Amino acid sequence: MLHWLVEPGLWSNSAVHLGAAVGVVVAAVSAWVGLFTVLRAQSFAGHALADVAMAGGAGAGLLAWPALVGFVTGSLAGAGAMELIGVERLRQRDVATGVVLGAATGLSALFLYLVSLDSSSSGATQVILFGSLFSVSAHVLWLVLVACALLAVGVAAIGRPLLFSSVSPEAAGARGVRVARVSLSFTAVMAVTVGLSAIVLGAVLSTALLIGPPAAALRLGRGLRATGLAAAAFGTGAVLAGVVASYDSYYWWPSHRALPVSFCVVTVIVLELAAVSAVRALARRRGDG
Amino acid sequence: MSNIVEVTGVDVEMAGRLVLSDVDFHLEAGEFAGLIGSNGAGKTTLLRLMLGLLTPTRGEVRWPSDALAQRRVGYVPQKVNLDVDVPLRVRDFVALGEDGHRYGLRRRPRSTWQRVDDVLESVEGAALAERRIGALSGGELQRVLLAHALVSRPELLLLDEPLANLDPGATQDIVELLARVRDREGVAVLLSAHDINSLIGVMDRVVYIANAHVASGRTNEVVRPDVLSALYGHHVDVVRVHGRVLVVTGDANDEAWPSHPELVVE
Amino acid sequence: MFASFMTNAWLVGTVVALLAGATGFFVVMRGSSFAAHAVPNGAFAGAAGATLVGVAPLIGLVSFSVLAALGIGASRRHRSDVATAMALVGMLALGAAFLSLSAAYEPQVEALLFGEILGVSSSQLAPVLAIAAACFVALAVMYRPLLLQAAAPDLAAARGLNATTLEMGFMLTLALGASLTVPVVGALLSFSLTVGPPAAARLLTRRPATALALSMGLSLATLWVALAAAYQSDLPVGFFVGTLSALLYVVVRLATRRRGAGA
Repeated sequence: MLHWLVEPGLWSNSAVHLGAAVGVVVAAVSAWVGLFTVLRAQSFAGHALADVAMAGGAGAGLLAWPALVGFVTGSLAGAGAMELIGVERLRQRDVATGVVLGAATGLSALFLYLVSLDSSSSGATQVILFGSLFSVSAHVLWLVLVACALLAVGVAAIGRPLLFSSVSPEAAGARGVRVARVSLSFTAVMAVTVGLSAIVLGAVLSTALLIGPPAAALRLGRGLRATGLAAAAFGTGAVLAGVVASYDSYYWWPSHRALPVSFCVVTVIVLELAAVSAVRALARRRGDG
Repeated sequence: MSNIVEVTGVDVEMAGRLVLSDVDFHLEAGEFAGLIGSNGAGKTTLLRLMLGLLTPTRGEVRWPSDALAQRRVGYVPQKVNLDVDVPLRVRDFVALGEDGHRYGLRRRPRSTWQRVDDVLESVEGAALAERRIGALSGGELQRVLLAHALVSRPELLLLDEPLANLDPGATQDIVELLARVRDREGVAVLLSAHDINSLIGVMDRVVYIANAHVASGRTNEVVRPDVLSALYGHHVDVVRVHGRVLVVTGDANDEAWPSHPELVVE
Repeated sequence: MFASFMTNAWLVGTVVALLAGATGFFVVMRGSSFAAHAVPNGAFAGAAGATLVGVAPLIGLVSFSVLAALGIGASRRHRSDVATAMALVGMLALGAAFLSLSAAYEPQVEALLFGEILGVSSSQLAPVLAIAAACFVALAVMYRPLLLQAAAPDLAAARGLNATTLEMGFMLTLALGASLTVPVVGALLSFSLTVGPPAAARLLTRRPATALALSMGLSLATLWVALAAAYQSDLPVGFFVGTLSALLYVVVRLATRRRGAGA
């Protein structure tokens, strides 16, 4: 059966292996960070960080720096700006945030255009916006591993106060939790995660990896640890399935145009969400009947 | 007197729980009625039911003069979430009470604006006319919501907990205002509250809600130990303390209190 | 800048900007700015799909943005922000796939994402104007119900306004407007033109009719300046729209802060 699922050469293709490795590690960490993001109803903030990450990535492209540096720097800068403006205090989908981030997207347009003028860097738009998991180099994998390890340590360190202050900020404050500091730390963690996800799926689609798998896992209605593990499973599963699908798709049409990895991964995430929602709707109907 | 609304045999079930059970009452034209019950007793549910925002599990709500369908029922919710920057003046918002439901873009006649100003005058909110609706205090917003409900000349006005969060002085003001509005506009009023005392002087009818059941009638017919005990399903005392009425519910617990003879009523 | 081949661009740009400003007035009022982010991505997927399949772009633009909009409208009741975010991203991914399959050139991709002055060809002018006219009529018809529902949904429901009908009607209008805006301003920046100027306008006046007119006017001014600048500099239209909208909003916000809430 494996022959049917997997086209020839997948197991020996090192570019695919590298890409899959990076994707899986990022997806695993992103699942936990994204879980808190969804619980804290900060999906919009996560999306906003991706917009600024995009500008960072495009700017990095202009300076011929690696995309990863641009994504993470841009994202952290965006997080800093958001803290300054006080996004947390404003309502979630506040117009102010959206409009100001439109400027970041506008800057991305400028940077990408300028990059495209330089004929030696074709495909920069594709890479920055939609990612190019299969062209990831080995030292990026090391950088990602280190970053993810730091993130994992960071999340574990602030995990309990983070959960407490997410669920009940006043009670947490009364118990001595430095809510503002935890909040700031989490925003920084979100920023780095978004930057890493941008490598996997591109800046524009990175939000899907951040909030899709946790959203699906939350619909299973379990406790925190089980939900986090489910989210990680959904995320890494989506990445692996997407990688395989993208690799295989090269052989599906005579024109040998493969489907982009990011599209495949996002599709799997959407399908996971749809499947879990459908199962839950069915279960609920059976419960009433 | 003719009935404006008749609620008969209504059950409302929400999330498997019977929130209202076998509710029977009616409201007559021009009556001032209080819907009295403690928090969580089902007052808001009953109001939403009457407005057609909820369907009963059993029973029905009848409007003999078809007031609801004809949009002659005004509703003043407890609060409305408003963005500070919303570009609507108080006058605009009140005018929407008259024509906000109509599709199409016919010019608003002068008479509508005149009516808006008159209604704002009658709720003592004329000074607020040009302010942004998002920039009002709680009390000011309440008057505007009242004007919004009154502008289309309703037969019945439903108010959800208008007296909550008000100090006694402000409570008095609102109740007197509502009584004046009832006299001037001839509109029936049903307002929900958890303290009966602020309304005793003004109510023609009390609709008392407890234990998912309802008792309706004149105040002195309903607020009695026998009627309320039947309602609550256990013994209830009605006590007058310095002219204020207190309904004493809950279980007897002799051990909890040290004996103070002067406090004991047996 | 005013050569004959540009008249089309100016005409379409004017119509599109006025519609974006009008629609945006209601978007901001209703708090649907996240949806306004997501719907143009539907248009993006549609345009990419149209290129792949070989039909007129307008067909793709309209069909996919309507699909996206109705989908988001239908999800309003259950955890809609996740649904909107996934629609936003899903449509973008779909568009990327279509573009990849059709071997589109990078400039094509950039034009769809960040806008192009000559984004609408003269052959499309008649249907574009017709769609825009229909949208203006729809907004006019829904004007007061939209205002009432935006300010106080409970009161609107109590007056017999069907929330679903109104929501779907408005999302449809939003989608049609997006399908016209995306070719000119780009999928990623359409939102800026729709939301930025109206957000500024509402700070400048408390009368709804004035705010609506001002939204349209500021949106028009933004697009005119963006078109002129893009023409002169060869930089993407979207860049100017995004930065000008943000600048406009920030300036107005700072200027009105001193006046206080009662203004």
